[in-house]
Amino acid sequence: MTQLTHLDRLEAESIHIMREVVAECDKPVMLYSVGKDSSVMLRLALKAFHPARPPFPLLHVDTTWKFREMIEFRDRMAGQYGLDLIVHINEEGVAEGIGPISHGSAVHTDVMKTQALKQALDRYGFDAAFGGARRDEDKSRAKERVFSFRSAQHRWDPKNQRPELWSIYNTRVARGESMRVFPMSNWTELDIWQYIHRENIEIPSLYFAARRPVVERDGVLIMVDDERLPLEKGERPQERMVRFRTLGCYPLTGAIESEATTLLEIIRETLVTTSSERQGRVIDSDVGASMEQKKQEGYF
Amino acid sequence: MAAREDLASADIATYLAEQEQKTLLRFITCGSVDDGKSTLIGRLLFDSKLIYEDQLAAVERDSKVAGTQGEKVDLALLVDGLAAEREQGITIDVAYRFFSTDRRKFIVADTPGHEQYTRNMATGASTADVAVLLIDARNGVQAQTRRHAYITSLLGIRHVVVAVNKMDLVDFAQSRFDEISREFDELAGHLEFASATSIPVSALDGDNVTARSTRMPWYEGPALLGYLEEVDVSPQELAAFRMPVQWVNRPNHEFRGFCGTIAAGTVARGDAVIAMPSGRRSTVDRIVSFAGDLDRAVSGQAVTLTLADEIDVSRGDVLCSGDDPAEQSDQFAAHIVWMHAKPLLPGRQYRFKTDNQTVLGSVTDLKYKVDVNSFAKQAGKTLELNDIGVANIALAKPVVFAPYRDNRRLGSFIIIDRQSNETVGAGMLDFSLRRAANVVWQELEIGKAQRAAQKHQRP
Ligand SMILES: Nc1nc2c(ncn2[C@@H]2O[C@H](COP(=O)(O)OP(=O)(O)O)[C@@H](O)[C@H]2O)c(=O)[nH]1
Repeated sequence: MTQLTHLDRLEAESIHIMREVVAECDKPVMLYSVGKDSSVMLRLALKAFHPARPPFPLLHVDTTWKFREMIEFRDRMAGQYGLDLIVHINEEGVAEGIGPISHGSAVHTDVMKTQALKQALDRYGFDAAFGGARRDEDKSRAKERVFSFRSAQHRWDPKNQRPELWSIYNTRVARGESMRVFPMSNWTELDIWQYIHRENIEIPSLYFAARRPVVERDGVLIMVDDERLPLEKGERPQERMVRFRTLGCYPLTGAIESEATTLLEIIRETLVTTSSERQGRVIDSDVGASMEQKKQEGYF
Repeated sequence: MAAREDLASADIATYLAEQEQKTLLRFITCGSVDDGKSTLIGRLLFDSKLIYEDQLAAVERDSKVAGTQGEKVDLALLVDGLAAEREQGITIDVAYRFFSTDRRKFIVADTPGHEQYTRNMATGASTADVAVLLIDARNGVQAQTRRHAYITSLLGIRHVVVAVNKMDLVDFAQSRFDEISREFDELAGHLEFASATSIPVSALDGDNVTARSTRMPWYEGPALLGYLEEVDVSPQELAAFRMPVQWVNRPNHEFRGFCGTIAAGTVARGDAVIAMPSGRRSTVDRIVSFAGDLDRAVSGQAVTLTLADEIDVSRGDVLCSGDDPAEQSDQFAAHIVWMHAKPLLPGRQYRFKTDNQTVLGSVTDLKYKVDVNSFAKQAGKTLELNDIGVANIALAKPVVFAPYRDNRRLGSFIIIDRQSNETVGAGMLDFSLRRAANVVWQELEIGKAQRAAQKHQRP
């Protein structure tokens, strides 16, 4: 019999999960964060429902501090595939002037991302939200279910998760409760890159090395994406050859120096790299268990 | 990932093309507390170099605080998970780990060796192709080993490999290893494995984990990783086509596609199919995919089929090869694993969710419970958390199925509590307690007999 490759099997599993949600849930939504994992997740959705368009909207929680290119890329993808895109911004946070520079990464992420996401889910009454998280990203995710139950308050209780057997998923929730669904749970970072290569999936050019204006803060290279990043006295942005391993709010996302301008070069760098993906995310660099705390509070 | 260092100069495109041909193996590791499971998994991850320096630095830091290895890095800490568990110093759930070699990608279901054991192990085993059972060479086959072997077999894992660990503590003695593997073979003889293999290892030092050990020259088999790279778990070539219909894709009036993951066999354009339970027949018109139509699709692929005729097919149905449809029934004998603190109540209505539908039903009669250590049958009125039993179940409508032994996807179900929505149990269908009266069957029986007569062979 034709042997399916590991990518074939991962793809089939993800498609099965997405179809299950559409078959069983009332109002699903796909959280689209514009990064490479979201790009793969979107491709999987296009495949799962072809020739129909994915029968759910995409939701982007815009913290107002995303790289400009992310926003352009997002709108272009939505147009190209005729997708229903919902953009949600926490207007209360904007009114209070919350930002990563004035309030620090913890407050900013909580208000503009975690709270904003909950607002959006409540406002539209979504009962299932697809996310692109992978189990290999972080220790606390290794035990996460594919269908992750959330209380009406959006809380995740690591001690009280439903057992998940075979590919039979318990999608049932009471009113107000919801599911976070992770169709790419079993993918690794390398699988993602291999799949992007195999399927020729477009990703934002921020992943590719280019000369970009950066400043160095506490050893982290921050790109000066707009005039909101205050420069210290005498500090001047330098043009450096950099790329990003993950995309988020630009003041919170470290660049790495790299000459990798093609997909193959990126994959090569990924294979020989000696630091894990999350290292570039300023918000995770504190204590080991912090990700888990954020999750319990409703961070994706 | 052995080639990692050479990669800078290697032709990355060729390398990738090769990597994309890798297959996938899912396995579960089982052992009692302190048998060395975490150390073994940490070793596999570490030696396949999927540990990044920053993660290792964190482990080195943690080793000094919580490790059991003095100044040595405690690899077990690499695979410890949630904060709550770290405080207790034990793992409490099923965790999934990933690593890969140039031949295969591996997904490891890591289950802890204590209280919630049966539930967690059944969960991890449900998606595994292979089980790695750890035995401490000093202790040999224990009650737990019997339990692990039983659950492994119950969940339909066909290949089991016994890692006889801590060989360094028994002077790498062949006699001790032989004794344990004989004991295990005896045990495996009572269960339904296609293969049982024993490998002497020392997880702590890496002997026979990723590379053959020089300290046990008497052992001639593969290292554990070599075994895992080689073991053949490909689906049966000749099985009849089965595709549980998961969702019907109807974007407009012209298109009606039946979506599902192929559970057995293969399908090609023009194949005759029969939709069960209705028994309506048609042929496959197209196998639709995003990248263009396919000529053929195989077990494990998630596909969209269109049929030549407008027949009524919906979620819950199973498309089957035209001359060999699956059975259907509403009453079954089944093995059940209970997963909730509230015990099973025979007679109470639960939701039974199969691969592609949810049906109301109840357990009508609990035949017996199984003692997982002795495999003995015990009388019982109910199943408590972590109990396993054999019961009759009755569903509100017939479902299309195959015995779990023959097909995991078509023979499995979970049990959901109607009030709390929690998953309270999981089960495996053994056989139908009655054949649902059905015209399709007679027609088929006749068809089969005729064909056989034409070919001058017995049906
Ligand atoms: N001497 C020796 N000790 C081992 C070996 N494998 C594991 N251990 C030790 O056994 C103890 C339990 O190991 P651990 O991996 O935490 O066991 P788990 O409870 O099964 O995950 C630890 O102190 C390990 O260092 C081995 O091959 N030889």
